[in-house]
Amino acid sequence: MSDAPVVLERRDNLWRAALGSRSLVIGLAITLVFVVAALVSLAWTPYDVTKLAIAIKLRPPSPEHWFGTDIFGRDILAMIMVGARTSIAVAVIAVGIGIVLGVPLGLAAATLRGTLGDEVIMRGNDLIFAFPALLIAILITAVFGPGAVNAIIAIGIFNIPVFARLARGAALSLWTREFVMSARVAGKGRARISIEHILPNITNLLIVQGTIQFSLGILAEAALSYVGLGAQPPIPSWGRMLSEAQTMISIAPHTAIIPGLAIVLTVLGLNLMGDGLRDLFDPRLRRSRL
Amino acid sequence: MTLLSVKKLGLTISGTPILRDVDLDVDAGEIVGLIGESGSGKSMTALAVMHLTPVGAEKTGSVRLDGKELVGLHDRQMCFFRGTEIGMIFQEPMTALNPVMTIGDQVAETVRVHKRVGRTEAMVVARDALGRVELPEDRFPLSLYPHELSGGQRQRVGIAMAIALRPRLLIADEPTTALDVTTQAQILDLLKRLVDEDGMGLLLITHDLAVVAGLADRIAIMRYGEVVEAGETGEVFREMRHPYTRALFEASRHQPVRLAPEVRPDAVPVLDVRGVVRDYPVARRRLFAPRRFFRAVDGVSFVIHKGENVGLVGESGCGKSTLSRAILALEAIQGGHIHVEGEPVGTGASFAARRKMQIVFQDPYGSFNPRQRVGKLICEPFHLLGAEAPTGADRDRRIAEALDNVGLRSSDALKYIHEFSGGQRQRIAIARALIIHPALIVLDEAVSALDVSIRAQILDLLADLSDRMMLSYLFISHDLTVVRSITDRVLVMKAGRIVEEGETEALFRNPQHPYTRQLIAAAPHLDRALAARDIMGGNNG
Repeated sequence: MSDAPVVLERRDNLWRAALGSRSLVIGLAITLVFVVAALVSLAWTPYDVTKLAIAIKLRPPSPEHWFGTDIFGRDILAMIMVGARTSIAVAVIAVGIGIVLGVPLGLAAATLRGTLGDEVIMRGNDLIFAFPALLIAILITAVFGPGAVNAIIAIGIFNIPVFARLARGAALSLWTREFVMSARVAGKGRARISIEHILPNITNLLIVQGTIQFSLGILAEAALSYVGLGAQPPIPSWGRMLSEAQTMISIAPHTAIIPGLAIVLTVLGLNLMGDGLRDLFDPRLRRSRL
Repeated sequence: MTLLSVKKLGLTISGTPILRDVDLDVDAGEIVGLIGESGSGKSMTALAVMHLTPVGAEKTGSVRLDGKELVGLHDRQMCFFRGTEIGMIFQEPMTALNPVMTIGDQVAETVRVHKRVGRTEAMVVARDALGRVELPEDRFPLSLYPHELSGGQRQRVGIAMAIALRPRLLIADEPTTALDVTTQAQILDLLKRLVDEDGMGLLLITHDLAVVAGLADRIAIMRYGEVVEAGETGEVFREMRHPYTRALFEASRHQPVRLAPEVRPDAVPVLDVRGVVRDYPVARRRLFAPRRFFRAVDGVSFVIHKGENVGLVGESGCGKSTLSRAILALEAIQGGHIHVEGEPVGTGASFAARRKMQIVFQDPYGSFNPRQRVGKLICEPFHLLGAEAPTGADRDRRIAEALDNVGLRSSDALKYIHEFSGGQRQRIAIARALIIHPALIVLDEAVSALDVSIRAQILDLLADLSDRMMLSYLFISHDLTVVRSITDRVLVMKAGRIVEEGETEALFRNPQHPYTRQLIAAAPHLDRALAARDIMGGNNG
């Protein structure tokens, strides 16, 4: 044939672009630090976070206690590591709930476009969206009792409409594409087309949104435990570390600054990663950033 | 002095050479056609002249407008030339206008950017410009929005924006490619008139030899970023010094060799369409307004026999795509019935009916799921065979056979779709349609997006397959030349109805319905255009 094949080494290019994207590399590095800290805490922590040592309370950072100790003399580094575990676990499961329930709902709404089913699904989503998320999360945890599980459920519910809307919007534009038409000509049903053709083509979007929701989940978990509705003592959590440090901020500022920094850095890292991934997956935005 | 003089223009983008030693002259009052297939660098040449090249582009050589050197000018200095000295028209009238601005504001914007005038004065200029592109005030007030205009009217607004300040050079990049043939003829007439009236130079970029053959004073033919041949239009077509010019010319008039099908009118027809009606509900303007319907297909009947190729021509919005979707059981019909080899087709069409027909779409880039391998992509219709679908080695053999039938290698089954060019993708689309051995293939503008040389190859392939496999085609297209070359019978559709039907050659030679005559007269035709130039004497045409 006279027309030469246009061979694009797509995968190689993707890797090169990924390593060339500064926000993605920095974001990924920050996130990895916290993930590794959380994983290490499963096997080993510098000190036992449940053991109190009032004698050495509120020590500033030192060679023995890198991040100092808190009001009960617990090692803050150890608490940050275990707290990372709590934060990440809550956020991962909450985002998981959003994806597992939201994406099928959105895909279903897209296939039912223009029918009552679409309206019911999307108006239901609007209803959840209409509530102030954190207030409802507080309500749920207040009614069913504080704890990590209820925090997960509360945060997870608000992730459902985010993913449902995203999936529906992206799916609607794919439904008009010709490869979906030819799948219909091949007699395939709507559910099957959604799984076989639509879902793989919206994965990029879902990954980007998942990263961003993940950072929001960490923030929400911190907020809930700050008001005492998240993970309960003695499980350490960044939000509660902040609230415990509140009264000591003038004599031992490090007890508030360190968990605060942990939250800020994790959220920053995840957002940078989300931005980088979006640039990577959407070639139209790639050139606009340097 | 020549108005635009491009000398040895070279362009690289991030190190990749795009243009090499491009020489091009446009005189005042002259139309120069710049012709090439996709990727030849013809649009990039225009963008390089306008300083609109993408980030990372490096230019060498010289571009002079009226003796003033443009290469090396700062972008701010170049802004003066854009709009005042050089106007530009783009291909896609649907996206070239800002949908939230009135047409008056959009045309006036060009004026206000360049002249220190108030809104009122700018509007006067805009009004004048719109008048010159034949959008008179009484029917087209300045307060209209783009969505209130048809494609052709929008393109006129685009032209008005380009000529509002009476530039000396107008660059038109495929200005009529997205338009219907009758609209295309009107826009080309308008451009010609504006050139004559204002003494502008016009650089007309197009892939269509027939368009420039009738219009351009001189042409330049580009390939791989180089001008391979340039000269006075008649001379270039007469002499065709470069083999590529000849190849392009041959491909444009390509006639695939076909055997006449042995039609047996008494047998069960492959496709039998009787009185089909398709209504679309129109969105209600008020809450309790009565529901209105738009009749897209209005009582259409026709038959396709085995081995027969039938063309369906008509302009955009005539209902031809709606009809094809109804035939493929993708949409419900509100009246009439459709049978494929005797099997009824409805929205819940049986697999038995569906497996007898397949479709090939226009866009070779959108027709495939980018995340599946070719082998899996072309197997999709096997779904229709249910439990009879071949598996294992049998399935691999069928894939290899289908790929072989369209001139690809069986090893291509393991590749992803982005590894193929547009022409190869269209072959894969045909392979996907062939794999379950259907009786009917609907070709919905299947060659319209392809370059002429690729189009010729695909037409040959289609003709060959139709002969070998006794396939029937319903060939939907707006391109009359292509329809004439590959079909046995033609249906002409207008506003949801079939207005004329007949044997292809007879219909083209002696059209009866006024609309058919209008369509045939408006379609650019290479031989006719050249004959009009009276240069075909020495040629075999």
